[in-house]
Amino acid sequence: MTEQFEPTIIGFTCNWCSYRAADLAGTARLKYPPNIRLIRLMCSGRLDPSFVFKALAKGADGVMITGCHPGECHYLEQNYKALRRFLLIRRTLKGFGIEPERVKLVWASAAEGVKFASETTSFVEEIRELGPLNWGKASGNGGKPASEKEAEQLETEVAA
Amino acid sequence: MSKEKPKFAMYWAASCGGCEIAVLNIHEKILDVDANFDVAFWPVAMDAKYKDVEAMEDGAILLTLFNGGIRNDENEHIAKLLRQKSQILVAFGSCACEGCIPGLANFSPVNEITETAFSTISTDNPDGILPQTSYDMPEGKITIPTIYPTLRTLDQVVEVDYYMPGCPPESHQIAAVIDLVVQVLQGKAELPPKGATIGAGGSTVCDECERVRNEKKITSFRRIYDAPIDPELCLLEQGVPCNGIATRSGCNARCPSAGAQCIGCYGPAEGVEDYGARLIGAFASVIDSEDPEEIEAILDGIPDPAGQFYRFNLAGSLLKAAKPAWEKA
Repeated sequence: MTEQFEPTIIGFTCNWCSYRAADLAGTARLKYPPNIRLIRLMCSGRLDPSFVFKALAKGADGVMITGCHPGECHYLEQNYKALRRFLLIRRTLKGFGIEPERVKLVWASAAEGVKFASETTSFVEEIRELGPLNWGKASGNGGKPASEKEAEQLETEVAA
Repeated sequence: MSKEKPKFAMYWAASCGGCEIAVLNIHEKILDVDANFDVAFWPVAMDAKYKDVEAMEDGAILLTLFNGGIRNDENEHIAKLLRQKSQILVAFGSCACEGCIPGLANFSPVNEITETAFSTISTDNPDGILPQTSYDMPEGKITIPTIYPTLRTLDQVVEVDYYMPGCPPESHQIAAVIDLVVQVLQGKAELPPKGATIGAGGSTVCDECERVRNEKKITSFRRIYDAPIDPELCLLEQGVPCNGIATRSGCNARCPSAGAQCIGCYGPAEGVEDYGARLIGAFASVIDSEDPEEIEAILDGIPDPAGQFYRFNLAGSLLKAAKPAWEKA
């Protein structure tokens, strides 16, 4: 049997809803894949898009952004900002040749431990399906190093 | 005067030559350069051979302004050579600092770049001749540099002492930097800490922009030619995607003052880790809608987000196109 690809997923949770949902999933002993690493923010509005890019750049295969349901943000309307950033992040990633589906947005209230677990499970499967983030495919020359040309030889030629 | 003047060098790698023009644009200040420096190597302005530089002792050049990104093996060779021979190496201009326009080619593989350059309809190349890196002539083999899969910034190839952003750096900023270096030579001033950004401000373009700013709420994005622009009001408030919010100050907000949006040539402002990410955060924040479909429709007003947010910064961005390509190179 070939080894199954285990994606690395970074999950951003908000302190008031989705982190509690994850907590509830834990106390309720719900099962979901261990591929996700959760980072707690005070609010999904705190999510600087650079967090997402940094996660992907440093080796994550997918990023899950979670927050309170629309209209239920503890900071009034910050989750709408997260929504707009999420949509714009996806569009930008597409420009980079990275599948926009690698970033997902999930609303989960503090009572929705079951939803949190099931959304995480399905996201892990989606990313498993997509495979590892392929920088080569994303752009440049198939991710291969600069043609293994005889660098030194060329250098002397250039210098001559 | 018997004392030998310190040596100055300027080199262009993957760049357009605008940086050299900007240096000459400092007018009579250029005489200060000549008075205080011996111009040892400056391919655009004077004849010199690579082998002359190679023959120098390490650290023989006091100041090197290096503009352009690293796109081929010749660029890399000279970057490493000048690093070795220079005491102070300045990444001069947006290309050397963050990749700039040539860096946008990182979105495409080399074969597509070649295709565009040599086979598209605007090119007169009926025989479909493509450049070869080496060619056997009766007189012997001739070579041209090999293009790399991606463009790298100068500091992705060698250690850089200072960064001087701008496309090109503003002439008054260049003049100020030259003044500073001259003062350092005379012992009247000290160099800034290594790794500093010189010849630019520490804040954002908005900080220098005179336009009136209110709370921003945008319901659509537009181009400056779509309708008349209010001459007083913040451009972003008028729906023009102005990059000033994330861009380093130093240019006196030239473009917004003239009624055109900032396109971000001075690179990320102090403390901004990823230029595009900062803009995404900012633009998304000011859109006045809570409905996903409506937001999508508004975002259609930015047809090329990656190009809009990374026009100057692609090679230096967090995501860097084709990151592994240059990591292994």
